[in-house]
Parts: sequence; structure tokens; C-alpha cells
Amino acid sequence: MIPPARGIAASFSSSARKVWMLYYDGFRSMTIGKTLWIIILVKLFIFFVVIKFIFFPNLLKENFDTDAERADHVRQELLRK
Amino acid sequence: MTVVDWSRWQFALTAIYHWLFVPLTLGLSVIVAVMESLYLKTKSEKWLAATKFWMTLFGINFAIGVATGIILEFEFGTNWSNYSWFVGDIFGAPLAIEGLVAFFMEATFVAVMFFGWGKVSPRFHLASTWLTSLGASISALWILVANAWMQYPVGMEFDPAQMRNVMDNFWALFSGVAVNKFFHAVFSGWTLSGVFVIGVSSWFLLKRRNEPFAIRSIKVGGWVGLIGMLLTMWTGDGSAVEVTKCQPMKLAAMEGLYKGHEAQSIVAMGIVNPDKTWDNDEDEYLFDISIPYGLSILAKHDPNAFVPGIADIVNGFSINENGDTVNTVGYAERIRLGKLSHEALRRYDIARAQHDEKAMAEAENDLRQYYPYFGYGYFDSVEEAIPPVGVTFYSFRVMVVLGSYFLLYLIVALFAVYRKDWLQRNKWMQLIAIASVPFMWICSEAGWMVAEVGRQPWTVQDLLPTKAAISEISSASVITTFWLFAAIFTILLVAEVSIMLRQIDKRSKHNLEIDNAH
Repeated sequence: MIPPARGIAASFSSSARKVWMLYYDGFRSMTIGKTLWIIILVKLFIFFVVIKFIFFPNLLKENFDTDAERADHVRQELLRK
Repeated sequence: MTVVDWSRWQFALTAIYHWLFVPLTLGLSVIVAVMESLYLKTKSEKWLAATKFWMTLFGINFAIGVATGIILEFEFGTNWSNYSWFVGDIFGAPLAIEGLVAFFMEATFVAVMFFGWGKVSPRFHLASTWLTSLGASISALWILVANAWMQYPVGMEFDPAQMRNVMDNFWALFSGVAVNKFFHAVFSGWTLSGVFVIGVSSWFLLKRRNEPFAIRSIKVGGWVGLIGMLLTMWTGDGSAVEVTKCQPMKLAAMEGLYKGHEAQSIVAMGIVNPDKTWDNDEDEYLFDISIPYGLSILAKHDPNAFVPGIADIVNGFSINENGDTVNTVGYAERIRLGKLSHEALRRYDIARAQHDEKAMAEAENDLRQYYPYFGYGYFDSVEEAIPPVGVTFYSFRVMVVLGSYFLLYLIVALFAVYRKDWLQRNKWMQLIAIASVPFMWICSEAGWMVAEVGRQPWTVQDLLPTKAAISEISSASVITTFWLFAAIFTILLVAEVSIMLRQIDKRSKHNLEIDNAH
């Protein structure tokens, strides 16, 4: 008889393998999907690497160390405008 | 143009492009799920073929559209950092939930939807398809709740120490404005997708390819579209009532109405007079055809109700939350009170620097008293608090006229499809169905223009105007990224349309009911 802990581990391992195979086979047998994945990856690279870091810094996060400093800055900004 | 104008154009550009993809995801996922349900019920390979075909088009749209909304969040952090901080506590929760739900639900179940054929049980696959659809709608829910809060800020208290609006009632976020906005947007996606399915299927009929498949698709697309349209109209009516109570100035701008009356008519077609201002005696319209009692019914479900115009609201007549006409604070007075709230915040700031607890408490007390008018303190004249009337007026009419057209279109399409020979023989009907597809997107975008232009000059209604929400950044950087986004999104759109057209053409040449079923 298989001990319960080993049974659960075996069941988890089998499920994980099934999930892995679902993705593996899915990606391998794609046709139009391959083009779409290339588009997705290029797009995410442009969004998160090029645009986010070069053009869109989070000003308050980058220019101030604490929330109190950020609050002070926004207070001054909103009073100045 | 100023940095505020460029930033607004940039936000509008990215939001408009983002919304090209979103409604098709919302609606097409429902259509695919309905088709798969029919397959499971009937065990007919024909429904399986239809499911797989439309799932492919859903996949193309999903892949190209996914993450386009993230750009809007980048813009919050860079262009609109004051706004971002000011509302941070409110936006944090819905956007974080949106991120988690969108990622886990959609990423998990989309994979099963596309890769799971033959690997999971048919029932589990169907559940995954429905859950993908539900995940897309739940994702939209949080975005629209956040948007609705900007139009009707509730459930929070302003903390001058943190300089943020701190949420004190999460459930207040689900206001009537939010609920109507959510369902209105989602059901309009159903309609858009129904029109899309009918348009593509009509092309099959025009080319005489896979005609039984096309007819079957039109039936599902037509019903989903029609149900979506009826529910869009119902929630649109609910939205109009909410706008009347929460943003009466927006309603007045939608109608180009300056002087309101009891039993107020609505303009069915018209041209607003560009020389009209809230304080002159020019006519409101150069030309108009009006429907008697229309606006009173739309705004308050009462044909004899008073609906205030722009001049009335500026002078202090408005509608309260119960829908009653009330004499409230006029705009000149709001500007004065807004400036007093700024003065109180300034005193608070000085007292805080001097660690003077008593003066801080006094200043905070004054600030709370005047805070409902905080945003008006940024204006020097009442004109600055009036939205652009022309754009709001015409966008509203584009939405309503096209919406009415699509109601008729969907009824006629369903009538025609159940008389199969009529639809198959009538090329004009097929051509009209194909040509109508882009107009559905125009209708949908026009709705957003009404919502977003009509609420100007506010980013947060009454509390923060766009000109105060902007960060201290240069126009040059915004101009650069504006054109960068214009290029990227145009490339994505061209990619989407060309890949879809190629797939439609390629697959239409095969017998879908044989090829797709295996």
C-alpha cells in the first residue's frame, strides 16, 4: 500500500506533468499562434523595456525616497498650480 | 499646445487604441462560449468547427490587444503623477485586483481554451472558455470601477498629511455610476462582437464559401449582439439618470443645453452654435430637430421634470442625488470656496513645518469644510469649469444614431437569417453587413468620448482638474512619446487587421466543418 504522503506527492507530480505537457504540446503544435507569440513578446519588450524605462519613469518613485517626501512634493505642486 | 494638451491627446490616443481591442475580447469570448456550449449540447461537429474558427479570431485579437492598457498606467506615473498620488489609495485596490484577476484567470484559462482540445474533458474545456470570458469581464469591472470613481468620487476622506484621498468604504466604489458604466461597456462589447461576427459571416456568404457555417454564426452573433444592444440601451438609460444626478454639467454639455426647462425636449439632430456662451443671449443651436419631453424622460424618467442647462448650473440650479431640483452653490462661489480650501491647505503646510498642532487642526478643519470645492480653486473664471460642448454634443449623437442603427441592423439580420434564402440571395444586405463593421467601433469610441470629454475639465470630478493633475514634465518628451505610441499602435492595428483578414480568407477556402472538427 502506498503511504498517503507519497500518494499525494505522486498525484501532484502527475498533475504538474499534465499541465507542463498541455503547454509544451500546445506551443509545439501552434501554427498562427507562433506569429502571435512573436508579436506578443516583441510588444512586451517594447512596452516594458524601451517605453517604461526610457520614456516613462515613475517620477515620484524615482525622485523621492519616502512617502512623506512624495506627499510634500505633491502638496507643493498642487498649491503652486 | 501646452504639456497638458499633449498629455491629454496622448492619453486619448492610447485609450482609443486600447478600446479597439477590448470590446471584441469581451464579446467574442461570449460568442465562442455559446458556440462551444451548443457543441457540447448537440455533439454536432458543425458547432465545434464554428467554435474553433471564432476562437482563432478571438486569439488574434487577444494576442495583439493584451497589455496595450498597461501604457495608460505608465502615463499615470509619468505624465499625471500628481493625480496618481492624489487618488493612489483609491486606485491601488481595484487596479491591483485587476492585475491579479487578469493575469491568473485569463492566462490560465486561455491556455486551456487553446491548448486543451482533446487533453482535458469537454466539460472542463467549456468551463475554461466561459471562465476566460468571465475573467475578461471581471478585469474590465475593476478598470471601470476606478474610472467611475473619478466621475463620482465617493467612499474616501482626504488626508492633507498624506496628500491622498484615503479609502474609508470600499463598497462605496460600486456606486450606481460604476455599476451602469460596467454593464454598459461590457454589453456594448457583446453588440460590437455580434456585428463583427455578422460582418465576417456575410463575407463568407458573399464569396459563397462555407455558407451553412456562416448562417449558423450569424444566428449566434445576431442573438448575442441583439441581447447586448438591448442591455446596452437599458444600462445607457441608467447611466443618463446617474449623470443627471452626479455630473449635471456633463448632461447639459451632451445636449448643448444652456437654459433648461420643465418638460425639456431633446435634440435628435442639430448643429450647436459655436458663438453661444453661458452668459450671452445667442441661440443654442444653428439648426435643430427636437423630440418633445425627450431630455426630461431620459434624465429623470419624468416627462415634466426640470433639467438644468449650463447657465442654470453655473448659477446654482442643479439636481441632487435623489434626483430633485435644488438650489445649490453657484460656480463663482465654488471658485471662491475652492480658493479658501487651498488657503487652508497652505496654512496646514506652514503649521506642519512649524510643528504647531493647534494651527494644523484648525487648518485641517477649514480644509474639510471647503474640500468638496477643492478643484474649483484652480479656476479664475467659471468658463474654465465648462466642458467642450461641441465635441460632447456631437459624440453623443454619433453614439445614439449609430446605436439605433445597429439595433435595427441586428433585428433585420436575425429576421433575414431565419429566412435563409433571403439573406443568401441578397448581396446588398451582405455588403451592408460588411461595411457596417467599422461603424460599430466608431459608435463604441464615441461613447467613450462622451464620457471622457464631457467630464472635462476634471480628472477627479470637482476635486482635481487636468491642469493640476499634470506632472512637471516637458512638452518635448510628451510629443516624442505621443508619436511613438501613434506608430506602435498603428503597427499593432495593421498587424491585427492583416492577420485576421489573411486567416479569414485562408480558412474560408477550406471546408471548415471537415477541417476544423479534427
